[in-house]
Amino acid sequence: MDKEVVIKADGLTKKFGDRMILNGVSLEIYKGETFVIMGGSGCGKSTFLRHLTGALKPDSGKVYLLGKDLTALNEDEMDKLKKRIGMCFQSAALFDSMTVGENVSLPLKEHTKLEKSVIDIVVKMKLELVGLRGFEDLMPSQLSGGMRKRVGLARAIVMDPEIVFYDEPTAGLDPIVAGVIDKLILDLSKKLSITSVVVTHDMKSVFSIGDRIGMLYEGRALQVGTPDEMRNSSNQMVQQFISGSPDGPIRFFQQKDDYLEHLIR
Amino acid sequence: MNFLERLGSIILGTLRQVIEALALLFDTISWIIIGSVKNKLPKREGIFNQMVFAGVGSLIIAAFVSFFTGIVIAMQSAYQLSRFGANIYVAPMVSVGVARELGPVLTALVVAGRVGAAITAELGTMKVTEQIEALDTMALSPIRFLVVPRFLALLVMLPCLTLFADLLGIFGGFLVGVFNLHLDPYRYITFSFQFMEWKDVWTGLVKSFVFAVIISMVGCYMGLKTKGGAEGVGKSTTLSVVTSFIFIILFDCILTGIFYFTQK
Repeated sequence: MDKEVVIKADGLTKKFGDRMILNGVSLEIYKGETFVIMGGSGCGKSTFLRHLTGALKPDSGKVYLLGKDLTALNEDEMDKLKKRIGMCFQSAALFDSMTVGENVSLPLKEHTKLEKSVIDIVVKMKLELVGLRGFEDLMPSQLSGGMRKRVGLARAIVMDPEIVFYDEPTAGLDPIVAGVIDKLILDLSKKLSITSVVVTHDMKSVFSIGDRIGMLYEGRALQVGTPDEMRNSSNQMVQQFISGSPDGPIRFFQQKDDYLEHLIR
Repeated sequence: MNFLERLGSIILGTLRQVIEALALLFDTISWIIIGSVKNKLPKREGIFNQMVFAGVGSLIIAAFVSFFTGIVIAMQSAYQLSRFGANIYVAPMVSVGVARELGPVLTALVVAGRVGAAITAELGTMKVTEQIEALDTMALSPIRFLVVPRFLALLVMLPCLTLFADLLGIFGGFLVGVFNLHLDPYRYITFSFQFMEWKDVWTGLVKSFVFAVIISMVGCYMGLKTKGGAEGVGKSTTLSVVTSFIFIILFDCILTGIFYFTQK
Protein backbone atom coordinates (compact mmCIF):
# COMPACT_ATOMS: atom_id res chain seq x y z
CA MET A 1 0.00 0.00 0.00
CA ASP A 2 1.36 3.36 -1.00
CA LYS A 3 0.99 6.00 1.65
CA GLU A 4 1.42 9.69 1.13
CA VAL A 5 4.46 11.02 2.98
CA VAL A 6 3.70 14.39 4.63
CA ILE A 7 6.84 14.74 6.72
CA LYS A 8 10.24 13.49 5.76
CA ALA A 9 13.42 14.06 7.74
CA ASP A 10 16.58 13.16 5.90
CA GLY A 11 19.85 12.87 7.82
CA LEU A 12 19.22 15.73 10.24
CA THR A 13 22.16 16.80 12.36
CA LYS A 14 22.26 19.57 14.95
CA LYS A 15 24.93 20.64 17.37
CA PHE A 16 24.48 22.95 20.36
CA GLY A 17 27.98 24.06 21.17
CA ASP A 18 30.01 20.87 21.38
CA ARG A 19 27.06 18.62 22.14
CA MET A 20 25.72 16.62 19.23
CA ILE A 21 21.93 16.62 19.77
CA LEU A 22 20.79 15.15 16.48
CA ASN A 23 23.14 12.81 14.72
CA GLY A 24 21.57 11.98 11.37
CA VAL A 25 17.86 11.36 12.04
CA SER A 26 15.87 10.06 9.09
CA LEU A 27 12.14 9.34 9.33
CA GLU A 28 9.01 9.39 7.22
CA ILE A 29 5.57 10.20 8.57
CA TYR A 30 2.45 9.34 6.55
CA LYS A 31 -0.70 11.27 6.04
CA GLY A 32 -3.42 10.77 8.66
CA GLU A 33 -1.40 8.67 11.06
CA THR A 34 -0.50 9.36 14.66
CA PHE A 35 3.24 9.11 14.92
CA VAL A 36 4.81 8.98 18.36
CA ILE A 37 8.40 9.93 18.95
CA MET A 38 9.69 8.49 22.19
CA GLY A 39 13.03 8.55 23.91
CA GLY A 40 14.65 9.48 27.18
CA SER A 41 14.99 13.01 28.48
CA GLY A 42 17.66 14.92 26.62
CA CYS A 43 17.81 12.55 23.66
CA GLY A 44 16.80 15.31 21.27
CA LYS A 45 13.06 14.61 20.90
CA SER A 46 11.98 18.21 21.42
CA THR A 47 14.85 19.51 19.31
CA PHE A 48 13.79 17.14 16.54
CA LEU A 49 10.21 18.40 16.78
CA ARG A 50 11.39 21.98 16.50
CA HIS A 51 13.18 21.08 13.29
CA LEU A 52 9.96 19.67 11.87
CA THR A 53 8.06 22.89 12.64
CA GLY A 54 10.79 25.06 11.19
CA ALA A 55 11.61 26.73 14.52
CA LEU A 56 15.18 25.46 14.26
CA LYS A 57 17.34 24.98 11.19
CA PRO A 58 19.44 21.81 10.93
CA ASP A 59 23.22 22.00 10.59
CA SER A 60 22.93 19.48 7.78
CA GLY A 61 20.21 17.29 6.33
CA LYS A 62 16.79 18.18 4.99
CA VAL A 63 13.22 18.39 6.28
CA TYR A 64 10.30 18.05 3.89
CA LEU A 65 7.00 19.23 5.30
CA LEU A 66 3.90 18.82 3.11
CA GLY A 67 6.21 18.37 0.15
CA LYS A 68 8.25 21.52 0.73
CA ASP A 69 11.91 21.61 1.68
CA LEU A 70 11.96 23.68 4.89
CA THR A 71 15.64 24.50 4.62
CA ALA A 72 15.12 26.21 1.25
CA LEU A 73 12.00 28.29 1.96
CA ASN A 74 12.02 32.07 2.32
CA GLU A 75 10.08 33.78 5.10
CA ASP A 76 6.85 34.36 3.17
CA GLU A 77 6.67 30.75 1.99
CA MET A 78 7.50 29.58 5.50
CA ASP A 79 4.66 31.69 6.93
CA LYS A 80 2.22 30.16 4.44
CA LEU A 81 3.34 26.70 5.49
CA LYS A 82 3.09 27.54 9.19
CA LYS A 83 -0.59 28.35 8.75
CA ARG A 84 -1.13 24.71 7.69
CA ILE A 85 0.38 23.24 10.88
CA GLY A 86 -0.47 23.53 14.56
CA MET A 87 1.74 23.14 17.57
CA CYS A 88 0.83 22.18 21.10
CA PHE A 89 3.50 23.23 23.59
CA GLN A 90 4.64 21.41 26.68
CA SER A 91 3.79 24.41 28.87
CA ALA A 92 0.73 25.22 26.69
CA ALA A 93 2.35 28.63 25.97
CA LEU A 94 -0.94 30.51 26.23
CA PHE A 95 -0.64 34.29 26.10
CA ASP A 96 -1.11 35.43 29.70
CA SER A 97 -2.41 38.84 28.74
CA MET A 98 -5.33 37.44 26.73
CA THR A 99 -8.45 35.53 27.71
CA VAL A 100 -8.97 31.94 26.65
CA GLY A 101 -11.24 33.10 23.82
CA GLU A 102 -8.72 35.66 22.58
CA ASN A 103 -5.96 33.08 22.71
CA VAL A 104 -7.88 30.62 20.58
CA SER A 105 -9.18 33.24 18.13
CA LEU A 106 -5.83 35.00 17.62
CA PRO A 107 -4.67 33.07 14.50
CA LEU A 108 -8.11 33.54 12.89
CA LYS A 109 -8.18 37.26 13.65
CA GLU A 110 -4.70 37.76 12.25
CA HIS A 111 -4.72 35.45 9.25
CA THR A 112 -8.29 35.46 7.96
CA LYS A 113 -10.81 38.09 7.00
CA LEU A 114 -13.67 36.34 8.80
CA GLU A 115 -16.37 38.36 10.54
CA LYS A 116 -16.12 38.55 14.30
CA SER A 117 -19.38 36.63 14.71
CA VAL A 118 -18.02 33.80 12.57
CA ILE A 119 -14.78 33.74 14.54
CA ASP A 120 -16.75 33.53 17.77
CA ILE A 121 -18.62 30.49 16.48
CA VAL A 122 -15.40 28.78 15.36
CA VAL A 123 -13.83 29.44 18.76
CA LYS A 124 -16.85 27.94 20.52
CA MET A 125 -16.67 24.86 18.27
CA LYS A 126 -12.98 24.33 18.94
CA LEU A 127 -13.43 24.80 22.68
CA GLU A 128 -16.32 22.31 22.58
CA LEU A 129 -13.96 19.78 20.96
CA VAL A 130 -11.62 20.03 23.94
CA GLY A 131 -14.50 20.18 26.43
CA LEU A 132 -14.00 23.77 27.53
CA ARG A 133 -16.90 25.61 25.93
CA GLY A 134 -18.03 28.42 28.23
CA PHE A 135 -14.53 29.21 29.45
CA GLU A 136 -13.93 31.91 26.80
CA ASP A 137 -13.69 34.80 29.22
CA LEU A 138 -11.33 33.29 31.78
CA MET A 139 -7.66 34.21 31.89
CA PRO A 140 -5.08 31.41 31.48
CA SER A 141 -3.88 31.97 35.05
CA GLN A 142 -7.32 30.91 36.30
CA LEU A 143 -7.05 27.48 34.66
CA SER A 144 -5.47 24.25 35.85
CA GLY A 145 -2.52 22.72 34.00
CA GLY A 146 -4.67 20.19 32.17
CA MET A 147 -7.20 22.81 31.11
CA ARG A 148 -4.43 25.04 29.84
CA LYS A 149 -3.09 22.23 27.70
CA ARG A 150 -6.55 21.68 26.28
CA VAL A 151 -6.85 25.38 25.45
CA GLY A 152 -3.43 25.15 23.80
CA LEU A 153 -4.77 22.23 21.79
CA ALA A 154 -7.86 24.22 20.76
CA ARG A 155 -5.60 27.06 19.65
CA ALA A 156 -3.40 24.66 17.69
CA ILE A 157 -6.34 23.32 15.69
CA VAL A 158 -8.27 26.57 15.20
CA MET A 159 -6.90 27.10 11.69
CA ASP A 160 -7.85 23.51 10.72
CA PRO A 161 -4.24 22.44 10.23
CA GLU A 162 -3.17 19.38 8.27
CA ILE A 163 -0.53 18.41 10.83
CA VAL A 164 -0.52 18.97 14.58
CA PHE A 165 2.65 18.61 16.63
CA TYR A 166 2.44 17.83 20.33
CA ASP A 167 5.35 18.37 22.69
CA GLU A 168 4.85 16.13 25.74
CA PRO A 169 1.10 16.63 25.89
CA THR A 170 0.62 14.51 29.01
CA ALA A 171 3.75 15.39 30.99
CA GLY A 172 2.99 16.52 34.53
CA LEU A 173 -0.71 15.69 34.40
CA ASP A 174 -2.63 13.25 36.56
CA PRO A 175 -3.46 9.89 34.90
CA ILE A 176 -7.09 10.75 34.24
CA VAL A 177 -6.37 14.10 32.61
CA ALA A 178 -3.55 12.42 30.68
CA GLY A 179 -6.05 9.84 29.47
CA VAL A 180 -8.46 12.60 28.46
CA ILE A 181 -5.74 14.34 26.45
CA ASP A 182 -4.76 11.07 24.77
CA LYS A 183 -8.36 10.48 23.80
CA LEU A 184 -8.59 14.03 22.45
CA ILE A 185 -5.53 13.52 20.28
CA LEU A 186 -7.02 10.29 18.91
CA ASP A 187 -10.43 11.91 18.36
CA LEU A 188 -8.92 14.82 16.50
CA SER A 189 -6.89 12.56 14.25
CA LYS A 190 -9.86 10.36 13.43
CA LYS A 191 -12.57 13.05 13.24
CA LEU A 192 -10.60 15.70 11.39
CA SER A 193 -8.13 13.29 9.75
CA ILE A 194 -5.21 15.32 11.00
CA THR A 195 -1.71 13.91 10.93
CA SER A 196 -0.41 13.99 14.52
CA VAL A 197 3.18 13.93 15.62
CA VAL A 198 3.51 13.39 19.35
CA VAL A 199 6.71 13.63 21.36
CA THR A 200 6.39 11.87 24.69
CA HIS A 201 8.01 9.49 27.11
CA ASP A 202 4.76 8.48 28.71
CA MET A 203 4.63 4.76 27.78
CA LYS A 204 0.91 4.48 28.40
CA SER A 205 0.06 7.13 25.84
CA VAL A 206 2.72 5.88 23.44
CA PHE A 207 0.90 2.59 23.02
CA SER A 208 -2.64 3.93 23.30
CA ILE A 209 -2.38 6.60 20.61
CA GLY A 210 0.50 5.61 18.33
CA ASP A 211 -0.18 4.17 14.88
CA ARG A 212 3.57 4.04 14.49
CA ILE A 213 6.34 4.71 16.95
CA GLY A 214 9.87 5.94 16.47
CA MET A 215 12.44 5.73 19.20
CA LEU A 216 15.22 8.29 19.33
CA TYR A 217 18.42 7.47 21.11
CA GLU A 218 21.61 9.53 21.15
CA GLY A 219 20.45 11.66 18.26
CA ARG A 220 19.48 8.79 15.99
CA ALA A 221 16.25 7.05 15.08
CA LEU A 222 16.91 3.72 16.80
CA GLN A 223 13.84 1.91 15.57
CA VAL A 224 10.56 2.78 13.85
CA GLY A 225 7.56 0.49 13.82
CA THR A 226 3.99 -0.25 14.85
CA PRO A 227 3.23 -0.70 18.57
CA ASP A 228 3.35 -4.48 18.15
CA GLU A 229 6.67 -4.37 16.35
CA MET A 230 8.07 -2.21 19.12
CA ARG A 231 6.76 -4.49 21.86
CA ASN A 232 8.31 -7.51 20.17
CA SER A 233 11.48 -5.71 19.21
CA SER A 234 14.67 -7.65 19.58
CA ASN A 235 16.51 -4.41 20.31
CA GLN A 236 17.55 -4.43 23.96
CA MET A 237 17.42 -0.64 24.24
CA VAL A 238 13.84 -0.46 22.99
CA GLN A 239 12.87 -3.22 25.42
CA GLN A 240 14.58 -1.47 28.29
CA PHE A 241 12.85 1.81 27.50
CA ILE A 242 9.41 0.20 27.27
CA SER A 243 9.81 -1.69 30.51
CA GLY A 244 11.47 1.25 32.25
CA SER A 245 14.18 -0.93 33.70
CA PRO A 246 17.18 0.81 35.24
CA ASP A 247 19.49 -2.01 34.10
CA GLY A 248 20.30 -2.46 30.46
CA PRO A 249 22.27 -1.08 27.56
CA ILE A 250 21.00 2.50 28.03
CA ARG A 251 23.22 4.09 30.61
CA PHE A 252 21.52 6.51 32.96
CA PHE A 253 24.80 8.02 34.11
CA GLN A 254 26.36 10.27 31.54
CA GLN A 255 29.78 10.79 33.11
CA LYS A 256 32.56 9.74 30.81
CA ASP A 257 35.45 9.72 33.26
CA ASP A 258 36.15 7.07 35.83
CA TYR A 259 34.38 7.52 39.17
CA LEU A 260 37.34 6.49 41.33
CA GLU A 261 39.74 8.68 39.43
CA HIS A 262 37.33 11.62 39.73
CA LEU A 263 37.06 11.13 43.50
CA ILE A 264 40.78 11.11 44.22
CA ARG A 265 41.75 13.70 41.62
CA MET B 1 41.97 33.57 30.38
CA ASN B 2 44.26 36.52 30.83
CA PHE B 3 43.17 40.11 31.24
CA LEU B 4 43.48 41.14 27.59
CA GLU B 5 41.59 38.13 26.33
CA ARG B 6 38.81 38.81 28.79
CA LEU B 7 38.65 42.49 27.87
CA GLY B 8 38.59 41.56 24.20
CA SER B 9 35.75 39.10 24.63
CA ILE B 10 33.71 41.63 26.64
CA ILE B 11 34.17 44.29 23.95
CA LEU B 12 33.34 41.85 21.16
CA GLY B 13 30.27 40.65 23.06
CA THR B 14 29.01 44.18 23.61
CA LEU B 15 29.63 45.08 19.99
CA ARG B 16 27.71 42.04 18.83
CA GLN B 17 24.77 42.96 21.05
CA VAL B 18 24.73 46.53 19.74
CA ILE B 19 24.70 45.21 16.18
CA GLU B 20 21.88 42.79 17.01
CA ALA B 21 19.85 45.55 18.66
CA LEU B 22 20.38 47.75 15.58
CA ALA B 23 19.20 44.85 13.43
CA LEU B 24 16.07 44.68 15.59
CA LEU B 25 15.51 48.41 15.06
CA PHE B 26 15.93 47.92 11.31
CA ASP B 27 13.44 45.01 11.34
CA THR B 28 10.98 47.05 13.38
CA ILE B 29 11.12 50.00 11.00
CA SER B 30 10.80 47.76 7.96
CA TRP B 31 7.78 46.07 9.56
CA ILE B 32 6.20 49.48 10.09
CA ILE B 33 6.86 50.48 6.46
CA ILE B 34 5.75 47.12 5.00
CA GLY B 35 2.82 47.10 7.41
CA SER B 36 1.55 50.49 6.33
CA VAL B 37 1.90 49.60 2.64
CA LYS B 38 0.25 46.18 2.91
CA ASN B 39 -2.21 47.27 5.59
CA LYS B 40 -0.79 44.71 8.00
CA LEU B 41 0.06 46.99 10.91
CA PRO B 42 -0.70 45.63 14.36
CA LYS B 43 -4.19 46.22 15.68
CA ARG B 44 -4.82 49.78 16.88
CA GLU B 45 -6.15 48.43 20.14
CA GLY B 46 -2.74 46.90 20.95
CA ILE B 47 -0.86 50.12 20.23
CA PHE B 48 -3.44 52.09 22.20
CA ASN B 49 -3.07 49.82 25.25
CA GLN B 50 0.68 50.29 25.15
CA MET B 51 0.27 54.06 24.85
CA VAL B 52 -1.98 54.13 27.88
CA PHE B 53 0.48 52.03 29.87
CA ALA B 54 3.63 53.90 28.77
CA GLY B 55 2.20 57.40 28.61
CA VAL B 56 -0.79 57.90 30.87
CA GLY B 57 0.63 55.50 33.43
CA SER B 58 3.90 57.43 33.64
CA LEU B 59 2.25 60.85 33.85
CA ILE B 60 2.15 61.21 37.61
CA ILE B 61 5.67 60.04 38.30
CA ALA B 62 7.13 62.11 35.42
CA ALA B 63 5.20 65.17 36.62
CA PHE B 64 6.33 64.62 40.19
CA VAL B 65 10.00 64.36 39.24
CA SER B 66 9.91 67.37 36.94
CA PHE B 67 7.92 69.60 39.30
CA PHE B 68 10.33 69.12 42.18
CA THR B 69 13.34 69.43 39.91
CA GLY B 70 11.97 72.79 38.75
CA ILE B 71 11.74 73.88 42.38
CA VAL B 72 15.29 72.71 43.08
CA ILE B 73 16.79 74.49 40.07
CA ALA B 74 14.98 77.68 41.00
CA MET B 75 16.33 77.57 44.55
CA GLN B 76 19.84 76.61 43.50
CA SER B 77 20.08 79.33 40.86
CA ALA B 78 18.50 81.93 43.17
CA TYR B 79 21.27 81.17 45.65
CA GLN B 80 23.81 82.33 43.07
CA LEU B 81 21.82 85.00 41.24
CA SER B 82 20.67 86.82 44.38
CA ARG B 83 24.27 87.86 45.02
CA PHE B 84 24.07 89.95 41.86
CA GLY B 85 20.55 91.12 42.54
CA ALA B 86 19.50 89.27 39.42
CA ASN B 87 16.70 87.20 40.90
CA ILE B 88 14.44 87.67 37.92
CA TYR B 89 16.86 85.62 35.81
CA VAL B 90 15.80 82.56 37.77
CA ALA B 91 12.83 82.48 35.36
CA PRO B 92 14.73 81.89 32.09
CA MET B 93 17.28 79.73 33.90
CA VAL B 94 14.54 77.29 34.88
CA SER B 95 12.54 77.43 31.65
CA VAL B 96 15.50 77.03 29.30
CA GLY B 97 17.24 74.45 31.50
CA VAL B 98 14.14 72.34 31.82
CA ALA B 99 13.16 72.51 28.15
CA ARG B 100 16.63 71.79 26.78
CA GLU B 101 17.92 69.28 29.27
CA LEU B 102 16.11 68.20 32.39
CA GLY B 103 12.63 67.68 30.96
CA PRO B 104 13.71 65.21 28.26
CA VAL B 105 16.45 63.45 30.25
CA LEU B 106 14.64 63.00 33.57
CA THR B 107 11.45 61.89 31.85
CA ALA B 108 13.42 59.39 29.77
CA LEU B 109 15.14 58.01 32.88
CA VAL B 110 11.82 57.66 34.69
CA VAL B 111 10.24 55.95 31.71
CA ALA B 112 13.27 53.67 31.24
CA GLY B 113 12.90 52.54 34.84
CA ARG B 114 9.18 52.07 34.64
CA VAL B 115 8.27 51.14 31.07
CA GLY B 116 11.59 49.75 29.79
CA ALA B 117 11.80 47.37 32.74
CA ALA B 118 8.19 46.28 32.23
CA ILE B 119 8.77 45.63 28.52
CA THR B 120 11.81 43.46 29.23
CA ALA B 121 10.14 41.56 32.04
CA GLU B 122 7.03 40.88 29.96
CA LEU B 123 8.82 39.83 26.77
CA GLY B 124 11.39 37.88 28.80
CA THR B 125 8.69 35.92 30.57
CA MET B 126 7.00 35.26 27.24
CA LYS B 127 10.31 34.02 25.88
CA VAL B 128 11.04 31.58 28.70
CA THR B 129 7.47 30.22 28.72
CA GLU B 130 7.56 29.43 24.97
CA GLN B 131 5.00 32.14 24.14
CA ILE B 132 7.34 33.84 21.66
CA GLU B 133 7.90 30.52 19.92
CA ALA B 134 4.14 29.93 19.92
CA LEU B 135 3.64 33.23 18.10
CA ASP B 136 6.26 32.22 15.60
CA THR B 137 4.69 28.82 14.88
CA MET B 138 1.39 30.62 14.25
CA ALA B 139 3.19 32.62 11.56
CA LEU B 140 2.82 35.77 13.66
CA SER B 141 6.05 37.73 13.77
CA PRO B 142 6.98 38.63 17.37
CA ILE B 143 8.45 41.84 15.99
CA ARG B 144 5.24 42.92 14.34
CA PHE B 145 3.09 41.68 17.17
CA LEU B 146 5.10 42.72 20.24
CA VAL B 147 7.90 45.11 19.30
CA VAL B 148 6.16 47.44 16.86
CA PRO B 149 3.30 48.49 19.21
CA ARG B 150 5.73 49.19 22.05
CA PHE B 151 8.08 51.09 19.77
CA LEU B 152 5.30 53.26 18.29
CA ALA B 153 3.69 53.86 21.69
CA LEU B 154 6.92 55.14 23.22
CA LEU B 155 7.77 57.19 20.13
CA VAL B 156 4.50 59.09 20.52
CA MET B 157 4.18 59.19 24.28
CA LEU B 158 7.69 60.08 25.43
CA PRO B 159 7.74 63.48 23.63
CA CYS B 160 4.23 64.15 24.98
CA LEU B 161 5.37 63.32 28.49
CA THR B 162 8.42 65.52 27.96
CA LEU B 163 6.31 68.54 26.98
CA PHE B 164 4.15 67.96 30.01
CA ALA B 165 7.23 67.65 32.22
CA ASP B 166 8.63 70.89 30.75
CA LEU B 167 5.50 72.74 31.78
CA LEU B 168 5.46 71.31 35.28
CA GLY B 169 9.15 72.04 35.80
CA ILE B 170 8.57 75.65 34.81
CA PHE B 171 5.59 75.77 37.14
CA GLY B 172 7.76 74.50 40.02
CA GLY B 173 10.24 77.29 39.38
CA PHE B 174 7.39 79.77 39.15
CA LEU B 175 6.19 78.85 42.65
CA VAL B 176 9.65 79.46 44.10
CA GLY B 177 9.98 82.74 42.17
CA VAL B 178 6.64 84.10 43.31
CA PHE B 179 6.37 82.86 46.89
CA ASN B 180 10.00 82.78 47.97
CA LEU B 181 11.74 85.41 45.84
CA HIS B 182 8.61 87.62 45.74
CA LEU B 183 8.89 88.26 42.04
CA ASP B 184 5.90 89.62 40.16
CA PRO B 185 4.07 86.63 38.62
CA TYR B 186 3.40 88.39 35.32
CA ARG B 187 7.01 89.50 35.01
CA TYR B 188 8.22 86.01 35.90
CA ILE B 189 6.17 84.43 33.11
CA THR B 190 7.19 87.09 30.56
CA PHE B 191 10.85 86.54 31.42
CA SER B 192 10.47 82.77 31.28
CA PHE B 193 9.26 82.80 27.71
CA GLN B 194 11.13 85.87 26.49
CA PHE B 195 14.47 84.11 26.80
CA MET B 196 13.23 80.76 25.71
CA GLU B 197 13.47 80.17 22.00
CA TRP B 198 11.54 77.74 19.86
CA LYS B 199 14.82 75.93 19.34
CA ASP B 200 15.12 75.14 23.06
CA VAL B 201 11.89 73.18 22.90
CA TRP B 202 12.44 71.28 19.67
CA THR B 203 15.98 70.23 20.52
CA GLY B 204 14.54 68.79 23.74
CA LEU B 205 11.88 66.95 21.75
CA VAL B 206 14.47 65.55 19.31
CA LYS B 207 16.28 64.17 22.33
CA SER B 208 13.14 62.56 23.67
CA PHE B 209 12.49 60.88 20.29
CA VAL B 210 15.97 59.38 20.38
CA PHE B 211 15.47 58.29 24.01
CA ALA B 212 12.17 56.63 23.05
CA VAL B 213 14.00 54.59 20.41
CA ILE B 214 16.68 53.64 22.96
CA ILE B 215 14.23 52.60 25.69
CA SER B 216 11.97 50.55 23.43
CA MET B 217 14.78 48.86 21.51
CA VAL B 218 16.90 48.03 24.56
CA GLY B 219 13.78 46.83 26.41
CA CYS B 220 12.57 44.60 23.58
CA TYR B 221 16.02 43.32 22.66
CA MET B 222 16.86 42.31 26.23
CA GLY B 223 13.42 40.71 26.60
CA LEU B 224 13.65 38.67 23.41
CA LYS B 225 17.19 37.53 24.29
CA THR B 226 16.18 36.25 27.73
CA LYS B 227 17.27 32.74 28.64
CA GLY B 228 17.11 30.62 31.74
CA GLY B 229 13.80 30.89 33.55
CA ALA B 230 12.85 33.32 36.30
CA GLU B 231 16.47 34.14 37.10
CA GLY B 232 17.08 35.01 33.47
CA VAL B 233 14.10 37.38 33.41
CA GLY B 234 15.44 39.17 36.49
CA LYS B 235 18.88 39.48 34.97
CA SER B 236 17.62 40.82 31.65
CA THR B 237 15.37 43.34 33.36
CA THR B 238 18.21 44.77 35.44
CA LEU B 239 20.49 44.79 32.43
CA SER B 240 17.83 46.50 30.34
CA VAL B 241 17.39 49.39 32.77
CA VAL B 242 21.13 49.85 33.29
CA THR B 243 21.82 49.75 29.54
CA SER B 244 19.01 52.22 28.81
CA PHE B 245 20.37 54.62 31.45
CA ILE B 246 23.87 54.45 29.99
CA PHE B 247 22.70 55.02 26.43
CA ILE B 248 20.33 57.84 27.42
CA ILE B 249 23.14 59.75 29.15
CA LEU B 250 25.59 58.97 26.33
CA PHE B 251 23.21 60.15 23.60
CA ASP B 252 22.22 63.18 25.68
CA CYS B 253 25.85 64.21 25.65
CA ILE B 254 26.26 63.55 21.92
CA LEU B 255 23.05 65.36 20.96
CA THR B 256 23.78 68.31 23.23
CA GLY B 257 27.20 68.55 21.57
CA ILE B 258 25.65 68.48 18.11
CA PHE B 259 23.10 71.17 18.96
CA TYR B 260 25.72 73.24 20.73
CA PHE B 261 28.00 73.37 17.73
CA THR B 262 25.39 73.59 14.98
CA GLN B 263 22.47 75.57 16.43
CA LYS B 264 24.18 78.73 17.58
